Amino acid sequence: MSQNSPYDHDDKKLTPKQEIELFHSIENDVDTSITQTSKLAGWINDRLPIIASLENTLKKHPYPKNLSYWWNFGSIAGIALVIQILSGLFLAMHYVPNTQHAFDSVEHIMRDVNYGWLIRYIHAVGASMFFVALYAHIIRGLYYGSYKAPREILWWIGIIIFLLTMATAFMGYVLPWGQMSFWGATVITNLFSAIPVIGKSIVEWLWGGYSVDNPTLNRFFVLHFLMPFLIVGVVLLHLLALNTAGSNNPTGVPIKTKKDAIPFHPYFTIKDLVGFAVFFLIFGYFLFFYPNALGHPDNYIPANPLVTPTHIVPEWYFLPFYAILRAVPDKLGGVLMMFGAIILLFFLPFLDRSEVRSGAYRPLFKKFFYVFVINFIFLGWLGKSPAEGWYIWASRLTTFYYYAYFLLILPFLPRFEKVLQLPKSVDEHYQESHKKH
Amino acid sequence: MADNNFKQQNNLGQDNLGQNQISSEENKNITQEVKDEARRKLLKNTAYATAGIGLACAILPFIDSMNPSKDVQALASIDVDISNIKVGEEKKVMWRGKPIFVKRRTPQEISDAQKVELAELKDPQADSDRVKKGKEEWLITIGICTHLGCVPIGGQGDYKGWFCPCHGSQYDTSARIRKGPAPKNLEIPPYEFINDKTIKIG
Repeated sequence: MSQNSPYDHDDKKLTPKQEIELFHSIENDVDTSITQTSKLAGWINDRLPIIASLENTLKKHPYPKNLSYWWNFGSIAGIALVIQILSGLFLAMHYVPNTQHAFDSVEHIMRDVNYGWLIRYIHAVGASMFFVALYAHIIRGLYYGSYKAPREILWWIGIIIFLLTMATAFMGYVLPWGQMSFWGATVITNLFSAIPVIGKSIVEWLWGGYSVDNPTLNRFFVLHFLMPFLIVGVVLLHLLALNTAGSNNPTGVPIKTKKDAIPFHPYFTIKDLVGFAVFFLIFGYFLFFYPNALGHPDNYIPANPLVTPTHIVPEWYFLPFYAILRAVPDKLGGVLMMFGAIILLFFLPFLDRSEVRSGAYRPLFKKFFYVFVINFIFLGWLGKSPAEGWYIWASRLTTFYYYAYFLLILPFLPRFEKVLQLPKSVDEHYQESHKKH
Repeated sequence: MADNNFKQQNNLGQDNLGQNQISSEENKNITQEVKDEARRKLLKNTAYATAGIGLACAILPFIDSMNPSKDVQALASIDVDISNIKVGEEKKVMWRGKPIFVKRRTPQEISDAQKVELAELKDPQADSDRVKKGKEEWLITIGICTHLGCVPIGGQGDYKGWFCPCHGSQYDTSARIRKGPAPKNLEIPPYEFINDKTIKIG
């Protein structure tokens, strides 16, 4: 019943502060003196120390040498963000944010603008790809305990990026002004009407009218254009926090010596490029063969405020949360449970009480974690099924598990769990795992 | 607090005569400085508060600019010709960007609506409060589901009123919520009968 120690008797768990100090005491043995070899670089660097900080990040900073491919999704999400900003910029040159012209201007992009079809499909498929990368990145963090001290703020910034991205994606989906655009916007903005007393005023403020209409479309376009740049800013904070607390790794054991570490360049630059290649292959497959597979056909019908489509569904990446909304038979309750499902992630660093960071050394946790992932995918499937019959009960059960995982399992599991012995160092784990061959 | 400040300042020692031997002149000076410190703090806080209120005032017009503008607000009223609506039929018109259901109810639908006990209702309201006296045949509602804003479909559902396809809310023949996640009855817009053939909404 009592928790066994995952550490050898001569080895102790470091405090978060010690861990950060240790991380900053390690420096890779690499020649990083561009500023000394190049006169121009030195001149610039004396006035604006960007070259030195880039050198620090790419060469001096230690990165655990045992990072797996699960650590590729951060940079993949980054490149996806860049692709969205660039393709969106060119779309904005042709798009008209007016209810009378929006739908037609999108068709104009598709039919008349040179390569307009390509740019629009890159943007539409790219949104889905961005979310694939984000979800993979988050699942990685959940499994390897990347949210635990000293990386709480890093994790929180990540959730803020997730929320901002969801808001941006939602507003982007409204812009083509199809049936799903209009009714999606109506349903989602109406979520705020569940707030007691001031709900109605808030919704009318969001709309700039008494229904989703031209003022709504216009401001959504402006915000959809602005927010990606805010996301870039928050991503920079995310990286700053990463360079302060250091990367987690599959063992969850902090890097302690030079032997545990390698520089980012060239090792992870090259590995990230491999990740990009695979990512672009999948991206290209959807882009060129099934560009509409991840969208909804009803969005090719112009918006009609008088007719609601018989079956409203959000984009696939919102489905699990939409299922939670529908699982609750009360308006305010449903809205709270849906937003709560994401807000809960902020508390994760305090909810998970296990002193072992990585799920790889927690046999019992692993089982609950896999069930959690399957449960989440099942929630998504329920989100696109009609809200009737056994589906309702299934979504209530899955919603319960989603919450129980965070509020019951993570806090109380450590009391019953027999954890495995952690490797003494990243290096030890690395040598072990490479001995087999 | 003041005592603490006093000791600190003493330790920094402007003119150190020793811990416990301070001339009354100096004691006065130090007390004066403590007072100044407190005043400065008040001044600082006042400045911050003023700047904060100023900032809030400056932001306000921008937030309000996102509210419905005057042309949208202008209660554009519309006249609806109801002479061509047959018994049992429903006409949809647009008012302030929202669909309005103009329903001419059958005697069966009227009596169904009137028979319902108020205690059975989630949002209790008598049918007579939802129509004009003497014009019970006409039910005029804003055709927006009070759950999340979809447009319900007429003549469907367990109560033969309206059924919302989005999340399954069901309304009766008085457009009152009977089943499903919606919290309220369909709203009644402000309207009046100009004559037997025309109503004015808004």
